[in-house]
Amino acid sequence: MAYDKFTALKSTAVPLPIENVDTDQIIPARFLKATTREGFGDNLFRDWRYNGDDTPKADFVLNNSIYSGKILVGGKNFGSGSSREHAAWAIYDYGFRCVVSSFFADIFKNNSMNIGILPVQVSDAFLHKIFSAIEADPNAELEVSLPDQTITILATGESESFDINGYKKHNLVNGFDDIDYLQAMREEILAFAQKSRY
Amino acid sequence: MSSKPTTLFDKVWDAHVVRDIQDGPDVFLIDRHFIHEVTSPVAFLGLKNRNVSVMFPERTFATADHNTPTINQHLPVQDPLSAKQLKALEENTFKHGISHWGLGNPKNGIVHVVGPENGITLPGMTIVCGDSHTSTHGAFGCIAFGIGTSEVEMVLASQCIMQPKPKKMRINVNGEMHKGVTAKDVVLYIISKLTAAGATGYFVEYAGSVFESMSMEGRMTVCNMSIEMGARGGMIAPDETTFSYIKGREKAPTGEAWDDALAYWKTLKTDEDASFDIEYNYDGVEIEPMITYGTNPGMGMGITELIPSAEDIDAGKASFAKSLQYMGFHEKEPMLGKKIDYVFIGSCTNGRIEDFRAFASIVKGRKKADNVTAWVVPGSHVVEAQIREEGIYDILIEAGFELRQPGCSACLAMNDDKIPAEKYAVSTSNRNFEGRQGPGARTLLASPLVAAAAAVTGQVTDPRTLIA
Ligand code: SF4
Repeated sequence: MAYDKFTALKSTAVPLPIENVDTDQIIPARFLKATTREGFGDNLFRDWRYNGDDTPKADFVLNNSIYSGKILVGGKNFGSGSSREHAAWAIYDYGFRCVVSSFFADIFKNNSMNIGILPVQVSDAFLHKIFSAIEADPNAELEVSLPDQTITILATGESESFDINGYKKHNLVNGFDDIDYLQAMREEILAFAQKSRY
Repeated sequence: MSSKPTTLFDKVWDAHVVRDIQDGPDVFLIDRHFIHEVTSPVAFLGLKNRNVSVMFPERTFATADHNTPTINQHLPVQDPLSAKQLKALEENTFKHGISHWGLGNPKNGIVHVVGPENGITLPGMTIVCGDSHTSTHGAFGCIAFGIGTSEVEMVLASQCIMQPKPKKMRINVNGEMHKGVTAKDVVLYIISKLTAAGATGYFVEYAGSVFESMSMEGRMTVCNMSIEMGARGGMIAPDETTFSYIKGREKAPTGEAWDDALAYWKTLKTDEDASFDIEYNYDGVEIEPMITYGTNPGMGMGITELIPSAEDIDAGKASFAKSLQYMGFHEKEPMLGKKIDYVFIGSCTNGRIEDFRAFASIVKGRKKADNVTAWVVPGSHVVEAQIREEGIYDILIEAGFELRQPGCSACLAMNDDKIPAEKYAVSTSNRNFEGRQGPGARTLLASPLVAAAAAVTGQVTDPRTLIA
């Protein structure tokens, strides 16, 4: 059991309308030196968020108190680059439970689901609507329902459904992880591995 | 059952599926698992918390590379956090009976360099590591890809991971290549065409005469960068070049086992009529030495071209201006002649012996430019020894370079090898993201030849003008 269950989430959102947000931006390599997974939220988007002298950059969204919430909305191709799960840890540790984008890099998507963050992939048009809604009102709320696989902009009632495979959905809803599943099929794996070439 | 034509990818994948979960991923057996000091400590912590042991310690190999210094490796590591990660790796591998090539071990080096070098990587294997450039091993006809720390824990605990089967892409490059054009240029060219996200969701097979005539080093460079266009990984069918590379390496099979393995390896290719979800064809003649001008590896161009304008590009328009601003470049200007400050040759992309041979071929008889700081970092101790044996070391020293000790170094700049803010670095590594090589650093990705030309002229130079 690795994380909290995820069913529905209603929250304001933090907009980051930048394409190709790579994991080196989410958490720069020099902060990967920890041997536990806590505390990465402090360095989330470190170089976009702070100047060289550690003073906050006023124009970065995480430093703007009118935006807050448990949902991060990013531009297309979110999470590309390095496989570092630390990127997902940093997002989780900061307090986000859901990331919305019109496209996710594969490894980031896997990593997120493995620690209980829900990646919600929407169409470009819907992503646009979300950004517009937040721009119009920073307190605009989004509602994400995992059982129904829908995301709704509450102010306008507009909604879109998203994909997730049945297995991962089951895991997230119940707070199970893959290792629980694999432990349960240990004998089957052992038998298979004995016959394998390498 | 009539045998349907299948791809190389299908053959390897299907042979490893332990269980196919309905409406879910496949449970997939991993043959070799590489670990290093940065992405493994939390995985071992997870095992401890679950009270689970490592299922097959003999299928996992550990090396220290990401965080290690490239000078004075015989001294205690200065950075206390790095030292702690290295110690954790040592203790965890000792406790679980995993072989560990730590700092100072003659086999130590970058994980994707030492695996193939020691014959651990063999055709048809499934290989994972908590590093996205694990795709390197695809050069041997392996399904190899990077994983996150939860998955590292998963593989330690169960020797399996859970993956939906990706879609299949084939990239064919045929035709003659010009002199001065290397494997790195081929892959930078492909990424510039497909964009940094163009292969997301796919596993790539590279085929065609250009790859067939490439050395294993070159093939590793190509497969290494598959991830930079978003692909899960890339692979090349094994052939005689592959087999002769493997033969005689420490962990390679011998005697009867070799014959048996060879017979199997020869079956590892895509059947003639097998189909892919998507295919691309390129002509090797079109490719010139490449260089990147922006902040993702898809932002590459032929070295004699002009930087495109936002109108010319399809993907990433929104970030284009931001990217050029970060780099301090403008639309429609040439890259040739731009002054540079640093040169880094190394990494798992271009840190093998062939890369240093190429570098030396241009450096020989010339001098390092005064305005350039150069970091020459071999991918492993074995490569380092070869550099000395082949006389490359003398050429480097003569030209005013120094040779560092192996490690990831400025590829990700976790150790002290950081490019200062706003400085330009021509780098043979794989990523030019903002701050990848140090906060504010500006990276130009290129081949070892282009790096050498920059190192001796102090500016971006077409290496073809320096080749005899
Ligand atoms: S050299 Fe760079 S890409 Fe390769 S293993 Fe090291 S950090 Fe990863």
